[in-house]
Amino acid sequence: MTSSLTGAPASTRSYKDYSRPLWQRVLLTREGAVYAALIIVIVGATVSVRNFGSPITMTYLLLDVTPILLIALPMTLVIITGEIDLSVASVVGLSSVTLGTLHQAGLPIEAAGAVAIVVGALAGALNGFLITVVGLPSLAVTIGTLALYRGLAVGLLGTTAVTDFTEFWTDLAKSKIGSTGVPSVMILFVILLVVFAIVLHFTPFGRGIFAIGLSPEAARFSGIHVERTKFILFVLSGTISAVAGIFYTLRFGSARGDNATGLELSVIAAVLLGGVSIFGGRGALHGVIAGVLLIGVLGSALRLANVTSDVINIITGTLLVASVVSTSVLAWLRTARARPGGTNRAPSATTKS
Amino acid sequence: MLFQKNSGRVGAFAALAVTVALVATGCAAGDDGGDGGGGGDSGNLAITFLPKNLGNAYFDTSDKGGETAIEEFGGTYAEVGPSEASPDAQVSYINTLTQQGVGGIVVSANDPTAICDALNEARDNGVKVVTFDSDTDVECRDIFINQATSEGIAKIQVDLIAEQIGDEGEIAILSATANATNQNAWIDLMKEDLAANHPNITLVDTVYGDDDDQTSFDKTAALLQTHPNLKGIISPTTVGIAAAARYLQTSEFKGTVALTGLGTPNQMRDYVEDGTVTAFALWNPADLGYLAAYAAKALIEGDITGEVGDEFSAGELGDFTVEEDGTVLLGDPYTFDADNIGEFDF
Repeated sequence: MTSSLTGAPASTRSYKDYSRPLWQRVLLTREGAVYAALIIVIVGATVSVRNFGSPITMTYLLLDVTPILLIALPMTLVIITGEIDLSVASVVGLSSVTLGTLHQAGLPIEAAGAVAIVVGALAGALNGFLITVVGLPSLAVTIGTLALYRGLAVGLLGTTAVTDFTEFWTDLAKSKIGSTGVPSVMILFVILLVVFAIVLHFTPFGRGIFAIGLSPEAARFSGIHVERTKFILFVLSGTISAVAGIFYTLRFGSARGDNATGLELSVIAAVLLGGVSIFGGRGALHGVIAGVLLIGVLGSALRLANVTSDVINIITGTLLVASVVSTSVLAWLRTARARPGGTNRAPSATTKS
Repeated sequence: MLFQKNSGRVGAFAALAVTVALVATGCAAGDDGGDGGGGGDSGNLAITFLPKNLGNAYFDTSDKGGETAIEEFGGTYAEVGPSEASPDAQVSYINTLTQQGVGGIVVSANDPTAICDALNEARDNGVKVVTFDSDTDVECRDIFINQATSEGIAKIQVDLIAEQIGDEGEIAILSATANATNQNAWIDLMKEDLAANHPNITLVDTVYGDDDDQTSFDKTAALLQTHPNLKGIISPTTVGIAAAARYLQTSEFKGTVALTGLGTPNQMRDYVEDGTVTAFALWNPADLGYLAAYAAKALIEGDITGEVGDEFSAGELGDFTVEEDGTVLLGDPYTFDADNIGEFDF
């Protein structure tokens, strides 16, 4: 990879390096690497894993990753501001239980779902309040609410589950668009993706999100409403998690307090794999989507190849660590190359101070 | 914000790449579609065990029983499962098995309803589904292998305590939580059995250890303080019996107060070997897996369909009959004592 850069004038380094051809600019980004890995895994699995290349694989795969895809949208924005929301999976559980108990109590599912979304928004607002008004670190706050919301969810329903949902809704959650094999829920996801992508990448609000992640002080001095922006993002995170909770409940036809336990880690892993910096200020939604799909495809292919779940965890974990390490290495290489005298030979350690 | 201006173009390219990737999966689908369902063959004896989770000694034992059976009749054994006992992870595995076109799935359900649709989709594709240990809703599987009936579980515990205390004296029960459905059902049946068949045994107290080791330990101590004439304790929960045994082992009551109930061999081994506990009961998970494998075979080969009265043969366990709701009863619970405990590891 570095050899292809030989000769590139790189006395200065910026994100907008138009001196390189388009394919280099795209492929040599963090997101480009995830796409390449995704395509390699898809092609590799189709060729080598029996039954992977069947239409049903894509349906199952997309249904499995839908909650992760949904929650990854607001999570990306939250992490770009340099914050984190660990309570999302607990909000999924809480909204699932809200939906279940209210439906069991006789409320029509539409109304119960609306209340569940409100509960999710309130859960997000509590996070946002503690972080922006009280001024506590989001890591500490959402570790707390992770336990709090899960506790509420499990406490409300105990170890029982509500399962008497009307078939119309449970079927809808699993339905496919015509004969394409693509789950209908993808329509909802694509709409949300477009909205989030426009907000993040094409509006002043989105630019504010990046600015906050790079430097909250500088952002504040530039007139960006740092606290208000963060508050909105946490409310969004809670709301979308509740939507994911409703989908989760209907897909499995089972409202349980322990639904989606541990999902927050899958979401954060996918977001980081997709090139969002955990320190904030850097990232893009398309990379995150590729990150989610990469983990999903890999898991599905490995399961089809009869690889045990422990090994799957080891492989996806290693991938994540490698992706984080490679970012640091790439960043170091760029810095090294950008220094005078470090122009051509990328790993010239002599230039490193 | 240099970064922002660039992202439009990158975004467009990315959208294209996603499309390509998605189309790639879709297209490959078309090319390879005929390869998918290997399940059409009536003799497809590829049977996969899907426990609640992997790395669980109980399921290791039951699945090993299944493997033994499958080797006996010449099928293909496999075991897959999630590392955590969650229904959504099980659904992914069921979907995978459907795609692989296995002949049968033997599953212990993490949720009676959540895995239903996935199982029914598997059945629509010709996969036979046997549940064991933990059932799903009746309409989601072909057969449930029931480890023991409530009556059987209650009776064996009463029989064991009666035998150990000479069929007379005061006994108490150390249960799990006060609102545990299965525990309470067993306790009621034990009371009926005691009243009907053991008039000289008096049940003086029922206490609850909340399935917590320390609480059960403390409740055992309190029980023995409160009832100095106590001759025996029944603990129909694995946590409770182990905690009670630990208390008895180091107390003056060792050897004078009998303890029995439901426990696992690994937990109880020390107490059986040093004489604190004479005998306790549970089903034999290896037999459970063995029977489930034979039921799957009978379903795959069309010998049975899961109708009431269907009969099939399960190797060395003998012949079994399908009962109401498609259940097959393994039999009476298994009694573990000093003579046989060495044969088990779960």
